[in-house]
Amino acid sequence: MESNAKIIRFVVILTVVVAGVLTLLREVTLPMAERNEEIFNKRAILSAVVAEIGDGTKTIGDYSDDEVLDIFDKKVTQTSVKVDGSTVADIQAEDIDMAKEKKKDDAEKVLPFFTYNNEGEKFYILAVRGNGLWDEIWGYIALRSDKSTIAGAAFDHKGETPGLGAEIKDNKTFPASFKDKKINDANGQFVSVLVKKGGAEIGNPHQVDGISGATVTANGVTEMLERGIKYYGPFLKTVE
Amino acid sequence: MAEVNTAVKEKEPLFGSKEKRLITDPLNDNNPITVQVLGICSALAVTSLIVPSVVMAVAVIFVCAFSSLFTSLLRTHIPKSVRMIVQLVIIATLVTVVELSLKAINYPIYKDLSVYIGLIITNCIVMGRLEAFAMANKPWRSFLDGIGNGLGYGGILILVAFFRELFGKGSIAGFGIIGSSDDYLINTMTNEWFGWYSNNNLMVLPAAAMFVIGIMIWVQRSYNTKLVDIS
Repeated sequence: MESNAKIIRFVVILTVVVAGVLTLLREVTLPMAERNEEIFNKRAILSAVVAEIGDGTKTIGDYSDDEVLDIFDKKVTQTSVKVDGSTVADIQAEDIDMAKEKKKDDAEKVLPFFTYNNEGEKFYILAVRGNGLWDEIWGYIALRSDKSTIAGAAFDHKGETPGLGAEIKDNKTFPASFKDKKINDANGQFVSVLVKKGGAEIGNPHQVDGISGATVTANGVTEMLERGIKYYGPFLKTVE
Repeated sequence: MAEVNTAVKEKEPLFGSKEKRLITDPLNDNNPITVQVLGICSALAVTSLIVPSVVMAVAVIFVCAFSSLFTSLLRTHIPKSVRMIVQLVIIATLVTVVELSLKAINYPIYKDLSVYIGLIITNCIVMGRLEAFAMANKPWRSFLDGIGNGLGYGGILILVAFFRELFGKGSIAGFGIIGSSDDYLINTMTNEWFGWYSNNNLMVLPAAAMFVIGIMIWVQRSYNTKLVDIS
């Protein structure tokens, strides 16, 4: 049995060496990691309007990292908004962590709001987050300048079942089905969009088809949209 | 004159037959997953797609090889009472190196694999080889043993992922082979022979990996005479 002194000496030296190596590595890789995360997030945001970028035939994965940053830089303006309609000056919208905001009380939430300027035409991108069957789901909704028509949507999830709940992301037709749906009814009242089990009524601008076998996730999307878009209501009124 | 018996110290070659066995044994006869039955958890979790499985395999080879190397280098200095803790620190450090590197090199894959990289720390193969081999063997041979076991694990992973991705999603490494849209080589909606085919959703769930690995063990034991009748 070694003496305590020997044990402590070994352990201390090991800890110092290990801590040094890891700290050094982290410092060296931090700029790259942060840039990667930034590109990843910006890609997710732009995926809601990808049909409006260029000729609309590319998917968001087709754009290179630099292209994504470039598009975001040149065409996207961002604001951080609160549920009461006010803006927050010193928080960058792209840095907002929706997972954290979801846990806060409504009055405390700070939400990201992006405006994509496409040669005069404006699109407003909102971030929403909710609960699927197994874990959280989230997405970005792009509204046209009439603030009611949906130009595009993109969804993601943490752990939904592949083939079922995961279809909100994996199956292109699901987000595509939101195109041209409206969140406000004819009187300008906010009604959101319902993911209808069994299929949307034909011609109904406030419904999209559900997903077979994924009722809970689909209901999660409906709830997420209704609650999430409503948060932006007061601010949207002030936007031209 | 008295005869002096000098023991001849055996010079170990870098890649002699024994060394080669360290790498080839775990590929078949002593495969960590199908024979030692270790590291099953991640074999089930990440093998729904080929690309993450390849990344996982590389990560495990790296961690297994270098933790074996470092443990072997320190084996005479590690105090017995903190043996396992020290091994854990070595493994955890290497896994953190992998995580930090992955974040900087390929962020989307890092997001894909999320917790599973961290779980390499708990992968029984790594700790198992440290205890069973590295603590009692020389550094170079321990390094080779780590590589061998990592390769054995990686090989099974990629094989399982190949079947799961092909039959569960209809693609191989993201390249669509058979499915219900034009993204795939064979579009079941328009193809006259394969219209009846639809992807097997069970293959996408972790339980399917259990079946596939079970079948692999069965096949391996049928053909590998050395494995017949070992329990």
